[in-house]
Amino acid sequence: MLKDITLGQYYQTESVIHRLDPRVKLIGTIAYILSLFLINKIQGYIVAILFLALVIRLSKVPFKFMVKGMKAILFLLLLTVAFNLFLTPGEVLVQIWKLTITKEGLKLAVLMAVRLTFLIIGSSVMTLTTTPNHLTDGMEKLMKPLRKIRVPVHEIAMMMSIALRFIPILMEETDKIMKAQIARGADFESGNLIKKAKALIPLLVPLFISAFRRANDLAMAMEARCYRGGEYRTKMKPLLYQRADRISYLVILIYLILCFGLGR
Amino acid sequence: MSLILENVSHIYGEDTDMVVAALKEVNLEIPDGQFIGLIGHTGSGKSTLIQHLNGLLQPTKGTIYFNGQDINEKSYNRKELRSKVGLVFQYPEHQLFEVTVFQDVCFGPKNLGLEQKEVEMRAYKALKQAGVKEELFYHSPFDLSGGQKRRVAIAGVLAMEPQVLILDEPTAGLDPAGRDEILGQIKKLQKETKITVILVSHSMEDVAEYVDRIIVMNRGEVLFDDMPKEVFKEYKKLEEVGLAAPQVTYIMNSFIKEGFLTSSEATTIQEAKEEILSFLKKKKG
Amino acid sequence: MGIVKAVQLAFEYIRRDEEGNVEGITRAIDGVNLEIEEGQFIAVLGHNGSGKSTLAKHINALLHPTEGTVYVEGMDVREADKVWEIRQRAGMVFQNPDNQIIGQVVEEDVGFGPENLGVETKTIWERVEESLRAVGMYEFRKHSPNKLSGGQKQRVSIAGVIAMHPKCIILDEPTAMLDPNGRKEVIRAAKALNQVEGITIILITHYMEEVIHADYVYVMDQGKVVMKGKPKEIFSRVEELRKLRLDVPQVTQLAHELRKEGLDIPEGILTKEELVEAVKKIK
Repeated sequence: MLKDITLGQYYQTESVIHRLDPRVKLIGTIAYILSLFLINKIQGYIVAILFLALVIRLSKVPFKFMVKGMKAILFLLLLTVAFNLFLTPGEVLVQIWKLTITKEGLKLAVLMAVRLTFLIIGSSVMTLTTTPNHLTDGMEKLMKPLRKIRVPVHEIAMMMSIALRFIPILMEETDKIMKAQIARGADFESGNLIKKAKALIPLLVPLFISAFRRANDLAMAMEARCYRGGEYRTKMKPLLYQRADRISYLVILIYLILCFGLGR
Repeated sequence: MSLILENVSHIYGEDTDMVVAALKEVNLEIPDGQFIGLIGHTGSGKSTLIQHLNGLLQPTKGTIYFNGQDINEKSYNRKELRSKVGLVFQYPEHQLFEVTVFQDVCFGPKNLGLEQKEVEMRAYKALKQAGVKEELFYHSPFDLSGGQKRRVAIAGVLAMEPQVLILDEPTAGLDPAGRDEILGQIKKLQKETKITVILVSHSMEDVAEYVDRIIVMNRGEVLFDDMPKEVFKEYKKLEEVGLAAPQVTYIMNSFIKEGFLTSSEATTIQEAKEEILSFLKKKKG
Repeated sequence: MGIVKAVQLAFEYIRRDEEGNVEGITRAIDGVNLEIEEGQFIAVLGHNGSGKSTLAKHINALLHPTEGTVYVEGMDVREADKVWEIRQRAGMVFQNPDNQIIGQVVEEDVGFGPENLGVETKTIWERVEESLRAVGMYEFRKHSPNKLSGGQKQRVSIAGVIAMHPKCIILDEPTAMLDPNGRKEVIRAAKALNQVEGITIILITHYMEEVIHADYVYVMDQGKVVMKGKPKEIFSRVEELRKLRLDVPQVTQLAHELRKEGLDIPEGILTKEELVEAVKKIK
């Protein structure tokens, strides 16, 4: 189950989207997310679906791969939908026991579900087609102006890239420790909430210890390879805008115009 | 009392385009009290196989019987199975979490719902069996040396009092003396308690000294399943799949080639020594 | 002076209990002297906790000596302004394959070192290519390290060090977590670098088979160098090695056992051919 989380995992293949400058993908993703929350008409969402479908198609990442990533956040999604469904006041449609579903609630719930689904898939397209190093390079460069106000831009970028690199490793480790404790009779499934939370201790303690050990090892390995912050570093893959990137910006702009033109 | 695997197959990612057949039609019978070496290189299916034996993984096809009962039947008590088929994972010290060594070993028996007194008795016994010194019982497990941590982790499984003990590379990362100590301890335990032990390893040298039977896995299939000396006779086939017989086998083969011996049954240094000595004696006499 | 020279090197660390009170002092390295010539293949043997990894970390200036010092190409590791130069000259590969790869793609990881050194972009690409070729991992350059085998990961780490153009590589138990095939891969790569590129190799290990072809072997115990010599000399001291929690290859062991039975067989036999020859001579 844990292995199904695709967010933060790079999918290796050759495609136009893979080759784009990460800054384009970052700005594109942000623009896309914003558009999801600003449009409110069905036409707008149709444009959004078509745009996303086009990008996924171009990225050559199998669609299945992205849907799998959805499974992991299904709970969060359902929770949000439930909140909106039951807690929005308005014209009552159905009433079961103490739960009321209102017309407004239904509308809002559907809207939230659509927005969240698109948001997740949209951002997974970015992470699936961009290596974390590339991604953080993009962030670093975009945020560079912030260095003037003493934001440690390089350090933040490096931290994120390392976090992303270790997510799959720690996932696998979680799976392994869980199995080892189950083999010792641990039960992660039954019991009430408190019992369940308590049952997590044999999983979390080893996991934290392991994470610290890895962090320690990695810090040493980085030092051994002469890492000393961003100052003297050069780039193996410096970011330079190409023609495709400029065209992409144009496409994003057109998308936004279409979205707002039709969707509001 | 035994474990029987009948046509067991396990396929990962069946509904994706990355289908991997980790086990293919495996048939095995593991009677009581045997000391078995399970050998294969990374990706041969041995890790997948052992996780089937205590129900952590379910076969995609085939049946596993423990004491005559299908362990994957709905009504089967798998929690109880896990106490009877103990599994020590690779680098088991990574699962330690309690404040003291003793409390950590109590975790298993406590999960079985035993009385506190019984839990503690078992933990004490298991720590002894694993060769952990008493003065370490109330130390934090994280302060121990690598070899000691490993023993504590093994004790954690022993405390469940399993009838079958499976150890996945219990000597990985240990130094030669640490390796010999752990393997010696396991052999002693096996002799005294007569439990079934399955030792997973990459190394023929390691298992040759200790086991009665070797199962060699390759690409999800059982390649050989026989006594060590019989398996090592097939050293050419072992090499084809990226494994090798122990160095002793090769040494004895050189002697055969030179006409010193006509055949050799030796799988350990001790046996090799005796064969060479008796040959030299015959030559003199 | 050799490429690496340790003079009366000692390293102590303070053990503390949970409240942070000093419990005692452990002397992990205790007066080590050694000198390694450029181009050699050196092995440092020792059981777990013998101090061999602590020694390794001094050569790379990752630890600061308590007493004595180490010189790398004449540079003193205690001098703060030489640290980066020392780390570039003496690269290091660690034990855990997962915990030393920084890049999410093989080639990016190999480029990490040169990036830190401020090497020009074009040159980084050249170095990455030559380094990956040197360890036979070029075809995997676009892969994610997570999908590689342990042996392959370690070879990527070696490439990451070579790309920094070091004179010397210290491999700190690079094979401890690998299977036999992975072990062979890594040792083969290290040997090739030594023979083809002339890079000095310091291999830290407790696997005796990996030591047979070394030019010189140091054996450590309790922070001290307790034996040194050519592999043959070291392996002729079977009993002593056993006391140091080490063992010898099976053929050496067998020869030793036969010798104990009164047969006229020399100590320090390393190959089966040698053993057969020795037994042949017995009449």
